[in-house]
Amino acid sequence: MNFKRFYAVLVARNIEFVRDRGALAWSLLFPVFMIVGLYFVFNEQKSLYTVGTLGSQQVNVVSLFGLEEALVDVVPIDDLEDAKRRLGRHALDALIDSESGQYWLNPLAPEGQVIDRLLHATGAADGWQRAEISGEALRYVDWALPGILSMNMMFAALFGIGYVIVRYRKTGMLKRMMATPVTAVEFLGAQLASRLIVMVVINTFLLVGLWFLLDFRLEGSALLLALVFLLGATALISIGLLVASRIANEELANGLLNAATWPMMMLSEVWFSMENASPWLQNLSLLFPLTHMTKSARAIMLDGAGFIDILPSLLYLMLIALVFLVLGAKMFRWE
Amino acid sequence: MSEPIMQTSAMHVRFEGAVHAVRGVDLSIAAGSCFGLLGPNGAGKTTTIECMEGIQKPSEGRVLYRGKALDTAFSEEAGIMFQQTALQDFVTVSETLTMFQRLYKRSVPIQELIEVCRLQEFLGREPKKLSGGQRQRLLLAIALVGDPKIVFLDEPTTGLDPQARRNLWQLVSDIKSRGVTVVMSTHYMDEAYELCDQIAIMDHGQVIAEGTPDNLLRSIFSDVVMQLPLSDWPAGLSLQPFLAQSLGGQVQLMSKDVNDSIAALLEAKVPLQHLQIRKRNLEDLFIELTGRELRT
Repeated sequence: MNFKRFYAVLVARNIEFVRDRGALAWSLLFPVFMIVGLYFVFNEQKSLYTVGTLGSQQVNVVSLFGLEEALVDVVPIDDLEDAKRRLGRHALDALIDSESGQYWLNPLAPEGQVIDRLLHATGAADGWQRAEISGEALRYVDWALPGILSMNMMFAALFGIGYVIVRYRKTGMLKRMMATPVTAVEFLGAQLASRLIVMVVINTFLLVGLWFLLDFRLEGSALLLALVFLLGATALISIGLLVASRIANEELANGLLNAATWPMMMLSEVWFSMENASPWLQNLSLLFPLTHMTKSARAIMLDGAGFIDILPSLLYLMLIALVFLVLGAKMFRWE
Repeated sequence: MSEPIMQTSAMHVRFEGAVHAVRGVDLSIAAGSCFGLLGPNGAGKTTTIECMEGIQKPSEGRVLYRGKALDTAFSEEAGIMFQQTALQDFVTVSETLTMFQRLYKRSVPIQELIEVCRLQEFLGREPKKLSGGQRQRLLLAIALVGDPKIVFLDEPTTGLDPQARRNLWQLVSDIKSRGVTVVMSTHYMDEAYELCDQIAIMDHGQVIAEGTPDNLLRSIFSDVVMQLPLSDWPAGLSLQPFLAQSLGGQVQLMSKDVNDSIAALLEAKVPLQHLQIRKRNLEDLFIELTGRELRT
């Protein structure tokens, strides 16, 4: 590995990307549009109080809270701990366990406060045991943000490297590089490093901008989050390198990259949780690096997960990066 | 003749689909010379030259640089100008040169290259915005940036206007005068005659003639070409007794004795006001050897 040659290719690639204003603007604006759009779409005031009910006895929630039927959405609950977590995140406004005669409210939620006042005013819950689960509201945008950032990195990684190398090969740029002393490892390493730098810079801008715009939740370590994104991006870039290792046809590359990105986008918990999906689909989802990236980022941002909590995912991302990098470098052809 | 810097022996290249592009090519290129590989499109020139450049591997046979198989030392000492190369978008001529310069251990100062290849007026421009001639000069500069001992030029003037071609010829002559070995492919015979010390003519993947341009012409031809417009040729007069042929509105006679031929034409009352007499050239040689038009 000759670092002078590596550096030469890296600088040229960075210049090429930064001056391509269309690609640069798209890389920055696409996730912003997506996230801000989601914020507005899912930030509408809801008209229902959502009440979770636990236990076999039917409780007339409507009469209990003295509310109009149309205003209450009753959700049967099987898992008390999960329901408490949802109450803490304002996904439920109240939780009732008819068997133990207990109910929970979130004092930080405006809806919970309204229900609390109603119960006191009407005396409807006299004899019931009151408990509190505190927690700030989890907006959908908070939940979706880690996934959207990861997904954006996936597109930037796979298309940003795969498509570019295929284009270089098609136009003869790779052949020109082959005719110099630069080695495949130096060239590919520079491409990988350039893409990583670009992604780190863009995502830093994005995160800072979105912090001011949305005041999103970050319970855990920002450094650990950066590590997740870095490893995830490396794993995804290495997949891009493998896809682009031999192809000289942009249409084929486009098809293969889409074939790689779409299943990940749909099944990697970017948009929705896979908790209720069939087991085989959940297992399939766990094969995708995007799943590990999204879930780890989400765990750090929403639950304050630490290094040990997400270590299996970090190791998996490293494994993917290593395997695909070695395969990509071995299969690489200049022409 | 100095020691060969580059040699190929019994070189064959076969592609998928049973295409036998190069069939047993043996070449020996003297250090410091300009070697021209001539032939029509599809003759195997580019494949042969790419094997010498190390871009392609021969299916059989050997390619030697300074008596050894191509290695990393070769890539440091070889400068290559391909027939078609796209450079990076959004990177200026100046930045492109700097990038390529950093890839070599030894290099020519950028300023010197700019002057030699006359790149001054478009240094800040992107390569894709250059004219054909400017682009070829940049590609030549990239080929020279590593201070090469041997330079490969694959059809360097294809698509250029006459002035740009002449400019590039001058640049190639300058490179030669610095003792750099030049290996070029071309299908322009005038270019080969102007620049090359040694030529090899290829057809159907084989070398069908090799030598200095003058020696080849002398060995094949002992006649001259007499040419006059077809419109001057008397109606009803047969071409056959004069061993003449009609070609592109002209009548051509190959004459071993000009005096005898002129006397015969005068006797047949052929007007000679527009008669032109010229020596055989490489184009004639090519057509003689390959039996077809050059620029197919």
